[in-house]
Amino acid sequence: MTEPARSSNSTAAPADLYQVLTGLADPTRRQILDALATAGSGTATTIAATVPVSRQAVVKHLAILDRAGLVRGQRAGREMRYLLCPARLTDTAHWIAALADDWDRRLRAIKDIAESL
Amino acid sequence: MDDSIQRDITIDAPVGRVWAAITEPQHVGVWFGTGQPAKMDFRPGGGIVFSHGEAGETLATIERIEPQRLFSYRWALVGARDVPPGDGNATLVEFTLEPDGDATRLTVTETGFTKLTAVGVEARAKQYGDNVGGWAQKVVELADYIATMRP
Repeated sequence: MTEPARSSNSTAAPADLYQVLTGLADPTRRQILDALATAGSGTATTIAATVPVSRQAVVKHLAILDRAGLVRGQRAGREMRYLLCPARLTDTAHWIAALADDWDRRLRAIKDIAESL
Repeated sequence: MDDSIQRDITIDAPVGRVWAAITEPQHVGVWFGTGQPAKMDFRPGGGIVFSHGEAGETLATIERIEPQRLFSYRWALVGARDVPPGDGNATLVEFTLEPDGDATRLTVTETGFTKLTAVGVEARAKQYGDNVGGWAQKVVELADYIATMRP
């Protein structure tokens, strides 16, 4: 039995993954993504009305999410309007789920070994 | 924030046998490797070489050994083939064993994904299941949720 490589089907560059994980590690940023998913799009002002932090804090969080490729900003008058970019998030979720699947497979193999000793 | 993947399984064998399966080179080489015994220097700070056959090796450093209770190591993550684990390129894998009558509850937790800065980590698309755990579960839930918002 050969352990398949721990990675395949490259869809995210190294720096990207770190930025995506860092982007998602903060609960407020997850709330912001959630708010964008619900509303379709939003500005720092509209998002600040739905999360328990200031507009200024939302601006900083949006900049981090933008660098991670999780949102995309478009100028709309004096404000930036942000849209969700779900592809990176979906890739990351798949990657995490694949790591979990790998562990399930290994745990089943360990079970087979221990039960036959 | 709990940036972990946690999985567990119940094994119909006493903790001693489960301990052997996760720590003895001839067994490790079966559940992770080519079937050949894994190269292991079994002491805290010692190294483990997980073989992928011709695809290279994943290198690990043993962190803690508490016989029949806990075994942990750091390993260099995906894309860090043949590179020793270090700052920014490794996650911590921790096995814990708990007796459950005549059986054993084996839990594995892999943590530290948000600390990965230095490696070529690649995403892969694949069907995914439930109970990924903690922070990681939130990511999966959010991705699922957002997928439902798409037209």
